[in-house]
Amino acid sequence: MKISYYPGCTLKTKAANLEAAAVASLAVLGVEVEEIDRWNCCGAVFSLTADDLIHQVGPVRNLVRAKEKGADQLVTLCSMCYNTLARANRIVRDDTVKRDTINRFMDDEIDYAGEVEVVHMLTFLAREVGWQKIREAVKVPLTGLRVSPYYGCTLQRPADVGIEPFGSFSLMTGLLEALGATVVPFAAADTCCGSYQVLNGEGGAKSTAAVIINDAAQAGAEALATSCPLCEYNLGKRQEQLITSGQVEAPVPTFYFTQLLAVALGVAPESCLFDLNDAASLALLKNKNCLVAA
Amino acid sequence: MCDADNTTTKKTIRVATGDRAILPEGAKTIPVYIMGKKYEVPETLTIMKAMEYAGFKFLRGAGCRGGICGACPTVYRMAGDYKLHFGLACQTVVEADMYLAQIPFFPANRAEYNIEEIGGAAEAIHALYPELFRCVACNLCTKACPMDVDVLGYISALKQGNIKKAAELSFDCIQCGLCASRCMGEIPQYHIAQLARRVYGRYIQPRAEHLQKRVGEIESGKYDAMLQELSAMSKEDLEKCYVEREREPDLAPPGTWQPKETRYL
Amino acid sequence: MTLIITGTTISIPSIKQLEELSGENVKLCMQCATCTGMCPMAAEMDHSPRMVMHLSQFGMLDRLAGSNTYWKCASCHACTVKCPRGIDIAKVMEALRQRVLRKNTNFIEPSALSAERIAELPQIAMVAAFRKLTS
Repeated sequence: MKISYYPGCTLKTKAANLEAAAVASLAVLGVEVEEIDRWNCCGAVFSLTADDLIHQVGPVRNLVRAKEKGADQLVTLCSMCYNTLARANRIVRDDTVKRDTINRFMDDEIDYAGEVEVVHMLTFLAREVGWQKIREAVKVPLTGLRVSPYYGCTLQRPADVGIEPFGSFSLMTGLLEALGATVVPFAAADTCCGSYQVLNGEGGAKSTAAVIINDAAQAGAEALATSCPLCEYNLGKRQEQLITSGQVEAPVPTFYFTQLLAVALGVAPESCLFDLNDAASLALLKNKNCLVAA
Repeated sequence: MCDADNTTTKKTIRVATGDRAILPEGAKTIPVYIMGKKYEVPETLTIMKAMEYAGFKFLRGAGCRGGICGACPTVYRMAGDYKLHFGLACQTVVEADMYLAQIPFFPANRAEYNIEEIGGAAEAIHALYPELFRCVACNLCTKACPMDVDVLGYISALKQGNIKKAAELSFDCIQCGLCASRCMGEIPQYHIAQLARRVYGRYIQPRAEHLQKRVGEIESGKYDAMLQELSAMSKEDLEKCYVEREREPDLAPPGTWQPKETRYL
Repeated sequence: MTLIITGTTISIPSIKQLEELSGENVKLCMQCATCTGMCPMAAEMDHSPRMVMHLSQFGMLDRLAGSNTYWKCASCHACTVKCPRGIDIAKVMEALRQRVLRKNTNFIEPSALSAERIAELPQIAMVAAFRKLTS
C-alpha cells in the first residue's frame, strides 16, 4: 500500500520525531509513504472570517498538489495541518461560489473541487491498517506504560472535520491498547493547550498547559500522547519551566503517538529522534523496558 | 532570440541600437502608455529604450541593460485585459497598447547581520526575518518574478528549514524586488533568499579543497617570481605571451587536457 | 455590568458588520454563558465570552475596543461545539480581531520576538500567531 503524505513545516525541523517515527512504523506495517511535491505551509490555523478566501488558497494549493499526483486521499500527521487542510477542503467541496472564486484566483493551477480526502494518520491506521494487524506486528508491547491520549482542539473541533465525535477518544485509545499500553482517560484530553497564545504574553499557554499536565497526573498517567507539535511544545518542551515555577508538580513526559507506535513495533529508538523530546521521555521508556534491545 | 536557418524570409530590418534610441527611417511606431500617458514609440525597442525615446531620462532604475542587475523591473498590462505582467525594462520589447510603469525600488525590510556570527541553522534566518511566517502561499511572488524563480517554493523551503533547497531554487534571483512588491505578507523574499544563499555558501556547501590549497600556495609566495616576471615585461612581450598562451580547447571533456608547461600547477 | 440600551447606544451597522464578517447571527445568543464555562482562557479575559456576545448583540463594539478577550482567544472552538444556540463563537471572536487587523494594525509585533524565542518555537506557533494577531 502507498499513501500520499503532507508533512507540514514543523515536521521537517522541531517535530522531525513525529514524522520519522511515523515513516518507520508505516514501513514495518508495509505502507509506503510518498510525500507530495512542492507543498507549502498550510497556514496552521483556519481563517474564520466569512469573506476571507485568500487564507484558504495555501491549504487548497496543497490539495491541488495531491490531485496532480492522482491521490484520492492525503494523509497528515500534524493536527493543525489536518484541521486547516480538511476545513479548506470542505469549503471547496461544499460551497460552489467560494470554490469558483478560489479556482479563478489560482489561475496558475488546475481546478480543484474537493476531490481529495484529507485523512489524519490515526484515522488511516484504524481504517486501512486496523488495530488487529498492528497488535500482531507489536514486538515490544508497552506493557505497564500508563498513557493518556491527548487530542487537544484541532483533531475534533469543529465537528464536521473531527476525526471522531467530540468527547470520544477511541482512535488513540484503540491504537495505544493495540500496542499493549494502559490507557488512562482524563478530563482535560480535549482542553486547549493554549496554542499560539504562547506568543501573546506568558500567562495563558502556560497555565492551560499546567491544568492539562496536572489533570493527567492525577488520573494516574505517566505519559501523554499527542499528534500536534504545538501541543507538544506547550506541554512537553515547556514542562520543565512549569515544574520550576511550581505550576506542575509531577512530570508527565509527552510523546507523539507515532513514537509509541514505532517503539512497540521494534523500531530502534534512534530512529524515533527522542532527542527532540524532553529528556524524561526516553528515560521513561527505558525504565519501563519499552525499547527494543540494541 | 534569432533563427539562423530562416533565410527565406530574411529581410534587412533597421533597428535602433546603442544607448540612444534613434528612430530608423520608415520604422513603424506603436502606442504605449507610460504611467498612463500615451506615447508613440518604435515597435522594435525595449521598454527602457522606448521610455528614453519618449523623453524619459534614467538617473536611477537602470543599470547593466543586460538583464542581470535587477535595476529596471517593470509592471505592465495589456489594454482590455486584467492580467498583470512583469519584466525587465531592458529586456522586454514594447507591444502595442501596453500600460506600463517602472518599479525601480520597493521598500523591503533588509536585516543586518554578520554572516560569521549567525551560524548555519534555519532558525538564524527565521530570527532575522520572522515575517517569513506571514506567507499565505498566494503565489503572487512567483507570478511576478521576471526570472521565473519559484519564489513561493523557496519561501516554503525556508519555512520548512531547508536552506539548501531555498538556495538552489533562488539561484537565478537578480534582486529586482517585484516579489516583495506583490506580497500580502509584506515579506522581503529576495533579501531572505540572498541570506539563504549566503548561509548555504558559508556553512552548508562543502568547501572546495583545491581552492584552499591554491590560496595557500599563493600566500606562501609560489607565484611571486612569475608575477614579477610578468610585471617587468614590455607591452609587446606581454601581448606575445598572451597570444601564444596554452589554452584548453573549448569542448575538451573535463580532466582530459593538460598544458605542456606544468611549472605553476 | 449594567448595559443601558437606547437608540443612541445601540449600533445596527456594527451588528451587521459583525454578522457579515463572522457569518454568524449574534442575536441568537441567549446568554447562558456555556461559552465562558468552556473557555480555557476565560480566567485571563477582561470580558468573558458571554459578555462579548452580549455587547455584540447590541453592536456596542466601542465598549470592546480595549478588551483583551478576542486577543486572548486561542480559536480552540471549545465554545463553538458546546453552544446550545449553535453559534460559532470562535468566528465572532475572529470577526472582532479582523475589525482591527484589517486596518493595518498589528496586535503583536513579529520583529519584537527575540532570536532565542524564535529558535525555540515550532513554526506552526508563529504562523498561527501571525495569522491571528497581525495585520
